[in-house]
Amino acid sequence: MTTDTQKLATTIRGHALRMIAKAKASHVGSCLSMADLLAVLYGSVLRVDPANPQWPMRDRLVVSKGHGAAILYAVLAERGFFPVADLMTYSQDGSPLTGHVSHHVPGVELSTGSLGHGLPVGCGLALAHRRPHAPREDTITRSETPTVPHTYVILSDGELDEGSNWEAILFAGHHKLDSLTAIVDYNKVQSFGSVKDVLDLEPLGDKWRSFGWQVHQIDGHDHDAIQSALAADHTGKPKVIIAHTIKGKGVAYMEGQLAWHYKSPDAKQLADALLGLECGQ
Amino acid sequence: MRTSFIETLVQVAERDSRVWLLTGDLGYSVLEKFSTKFPDRYLNAGVAEQNMVGVAAGLAMTGKVVFVYSIANFPTLRCLEQFRNDVCYHNLSVKIVAVGCGLAYGGHGYTHHGVEDIGVMSLLPHVTVMAPGDPVETRWATRTLAEHAGPAYLRLGKAGEPVVHQSEPRIELGKAVQVIDGTQATLISTGGMLETAVRIATILAARRVSVRVLSMPTLRPFDADRVIAEAKRTGRIITLEEHGPGGLGTMVGECLAQAGLGVRFVPMRLQPEPTLCAGSQAYLCGRHGLSLERMVEVTEEVAGTPAADRLRDYGVPIPQPVGSGRERVS
Repeated sequence: MTTDTQKLATTIRGHALRMIAKAKASHVGSCLSMADLLAVLYGSVLRVDPANPQWPMRDRLVVSKGHGAAILYAVLAERGFFPVADLMTYSQDGSPLTGHVSHHVPGVELSTGSLGHGLPVGCGLALAHRRPHAPREDTITRSETPTVPHTYVILSDGELDEGSNWEAILFAGHHKLDSLTAIVDYNKVQSFGSVKDVLDLEPLGDKWRSFGWQVHQIDGHDHDAIQSALAADHTGKPKVIIAHTIKGKGVAYMEGQLAWHYKSPDAKQLADALLGLECGQ
Repeated sequence: MRTSFIETLVQVAERDSRVWLLTGDLGYSVLEKFSTKFPDRYLNAGVAEQNMVGVAAGLAMTGKVVFVYSIANFPTLRCLEQFRNDVCYHNLSVKIVAVGCGLAYGGHGYTHHGVEDIGVMSLLPHVTVMAPGDPVETRWATRTLAEHAGPAYLRLGKAGEPVVHQSEPRIELGKAVQVIDGTQATLISTGGMLETAVRIATILAARRVSVRVLSMPTLRPFDADRVIAEAKRTGRIITLEEHGPGGLGTMVGECLAQAGLGVRFVPMRLQPEPTLCAGSQAYLCGRHGLSLERMVEVTEEVAGTPAADRLRDYGVPIPQPVGSGRERVS
């Protein structure tokens, strides 16, 4: 399974690079840092039905860092929600594939782009799936648990500056929303500087823990670690996976570089990047 | 109005299990009627309006009809982007209910004055905006919004507003309601100013000035057809609202201008500047020029003055009647 998800991660990195290069768009670094997270989620964890995107019992994934749209569209296309060929319309005139995540794209739950919106909505989804129809904590049995749709929210580190997230973190802990998992793509670089310099989040794990969350800190590019953190039981508490990642991961000259929050690769840079990913041109 | 709202919501929730109520830690002695009856569909989200509206959106995404209750600016301006992006853009069934709008919380100061809410909320996509004029209209609005798909804003006063409609009128979504017939001017009111509008018309009737009173409980969708019809019928339009620029008066003005109707039009509304002093609702309205005496005077003057003469006073070109074949400028 890990081999499959790694292959998927490489494929969607390639799509995102081509899409962003063609559109001369931004945020390639932010896309590449969460490629492995998306590959594991869509490759082996999420219960979704591409033929029926509105299936009521589906798991929900909200990508709150809406600037990571290109790679989300890439993984949705690879998963079969819409044709892979459509990806190259990204950010082009008239395309539904807008530069920030749009719910007009099949498989997308929530339009995002303004930061700090995804987690509150994720709380509402988790609450809806827990009460009143979902079984109460004291009556949950192992066989019943999987019937409750799970809600996942991917957050950027920079967006944790937004107060609305801390309202939601407080809320989810208080209400013991155990069908909710937040994943922080902690690539350490935000819009105009390093997270440490702009508004330091540390000690980040302690903050979430003190708000009543179960906390996992992992290498966000290690598929086995992602798998096992996602699988960890968290009955009675919401879960956060703080995924330590590298901005621009997979393209040597982009890794950890603030500039690739904005720049798009030219033809030569794209060719180098794709060669590096070993997915050809 | 808030009593009428909660009693109706309880009735609606008895029939419709999709109906939820969230509050931002407000509604003491009001919301208990709902919370004790439907504890699984009630939630105090705490003093955290941004999260509350996001949570409401998440609930609505699973098919629930979510009423979100707080006072004045807290469920509107404080979480405006959550309502815009998460609710309106996604066309979700979340109904924001703000009580104490206008200058109802007069003595509490400007932070508690809901005087821009109609304008702001009306700008958003898919939204239905309602400002009922009395408890009867509030009952209708609550029932209508519970059945209506999509986002909505319900603007309410506080408690103790008098019943204006002595019988159950036929009200339609997006339509004005005639309360008093008249011929010389049309006074259009929205929200809790309805009672005042009726008092103005009653006082003027005793002076043999005939003023028609309409209530406008729905502001989006806006009843432009009725405004145009009234402009053609009485030729003099006055609006009345406890709101600054951007509300009913602005909507009516835009409508008249687009229709090319050069009728006499006076918006009676609050001034855009903040109210700096304490005072009762009536006192503060007076400071904004909305004392009963002043409003009677303005309405009488408008109703008694030929539109064209008045326009001449201001040096404004006199508009030709519609369809008079005015010259084409080429």
